[in-house]
Amino acid sequence: MSARKYLEEGLAEMNMALKEMCVLVEDMIDQTVTALTENDTALAAGIHARDKKVDEYEMDIERMCMRLLLKEQPVAADFRSVSTTLKVITDIERIGDQAGDIGELIAANGGVVLKADAARLKMMGILAKDMVKNSVDSFIFSDEKLADETAKKDDRMDELFIEVKNGLIAFMKEKPDNADDALVLMMIAKYFERIGDHAVNVCEWTKYEETGEHVKFQ
Amino acid sequence: MLFGKRKETKQAPDAETAAQYGGQISVKNADLFYGDFQALKNIGIEIPEKKITAFIGPSGCGKSTFLKCFNRMNDLVQGCRITGEFRIGDVDIYGNIDVNELRRNVGMVFQKPNPFPMSVYDNIAYGPRTFGIKKRAALDEIVERSLKQAAMWDELKDRLNKSALGLSGGQQQRLCIARALAVNPHVILMDEPTSALDPISTGKIEELCMELKKEVTVVIVTHNMQQAVRISDKTAFFLLGDLIEYGDTDEIFTAPKQKQTENYITGRFG
Repeated sequence: MSARKYLEEGLAEMNMALKEMCVLVEDMIDQTVTALTENDTALAAGIHARDKKVDEYEMDIERMCMRLLLKEQPVAADFRSVSTTLKVITDIERIGDQAGDIGELIAANGGVVLKADAARLKMMGILAKDMVKNSVDSFIFSDEKLADETAKKDDRMDELFIEVKNGLIAFMKEKPDNADDALVLMMIAKYFERIGDHAVNVCEWTKYEETGEHVKFQ
Repeated sequence: MLFGKRKETKQAPDAETAAQYGGQISVKNADLFYGDFQALKNIGIEIPEKKITAFIGPSGCGKSTFLKCFNRMNDLVQGCRITGEFRIGDVDIYGNIDVNELRRNVGMVFQKPNPFPMSVYDNIAYGPRTFGIKKRAALDEIVERSLKQAAMWDELKDRLNKSALGLSGGQQQRLCIARALAVNPHVILMDEPTSALDPISTGKIEELCMELKKEVTVVIVTHNMQQAVRISDKTAFFLLGDLIEYGDTDEIFTAPKQKQTENYITGRFG
């Protein structure tokens, strides 16, 4: 039996809850893509409601971390694991907020018809989900290589954002009557792009957790 | 250089009188044997002045043995043989020196408080009297300064003539620190100074250490990891007579470089 049985059980419980939180957020991003492509306002409205559960996860995991710090007084790798989890849940919670906001935007506008750049916007959503999943996996499984690979995907996300933005500007010039929808789509694209940034933050925490060195991905 | 148990000399020879004690401790290639058993293996370390350095490691790793090398307490151990270079300030402490003078410059506090069976005043004045200070006014000043330095003046100023044995364990330990301070040391060695104390007394000693480092170098052996994190600037981890890792405490306890250090401080050792 390990001399730190209770600490190890606590860390495992913390990681399990983090994975559950992440799966929930991934599913919310999935639903934003579906609601967007299928113009499903009911589904969109439901996404925002699920954000409450994400907030609950954040508070639960925060409590677990605080309890571990207080009772087990972790040091070295254990300390980095707990302290970085506290940072990671903040990023995941923000991702949940942004997925919820996308849902709210779609619902509030009675659905958004994808008249411009539908394919690229959908690609942004799929990429956002992929980056969130892999960033959190890299963190939970201490996989620096996966963190590096995932962070690199943010370049593609930024490219897609610029392409969507340019497409929407052209679309608005061509059809000024559809400017309202275009602006909503622009905001959605920005939310996806921000989700990518938060996933990169998680990758940076993976690097710190593993090495003790702060790394900033460009 | 090889030296075994030494006869303590009372007078410093001329060659060494020019060398000055200071707060910096420098050790090179130190080996220590108890008979055939090697308790310290080729230790090298530079301990900075006016900082707190913690020695950590499992029981029997050699940390207390190493600490006692700094004021030649191991000279008293039968069969103990030490090689290597130990300097405190500029002084080669295993050269031909006055050991009393060394111990005036390098005070020591032990796990169990050991006040002398005499008054508080006489405990503090004992060291200065040994070094020839006899005038009452001078001794009064030293007693007051030392007790103030140990943050005990207010609680003891009206009990200076009472027996030190009547003090609580925590007070006795702080009195021992004050006693060490009375002879103006450059270094204070502490061998698990709080392991027999309650949390309040422990807190007071730790607070005192933080104050003391403004004036003296503190080297502390502790089994309490959190204590090492709380008060020390540098940490050295020993294992089976080897110095495994030495560095800034913040780094040792957040990202140690050696796996053995990691295993020990996270409690996965053994």
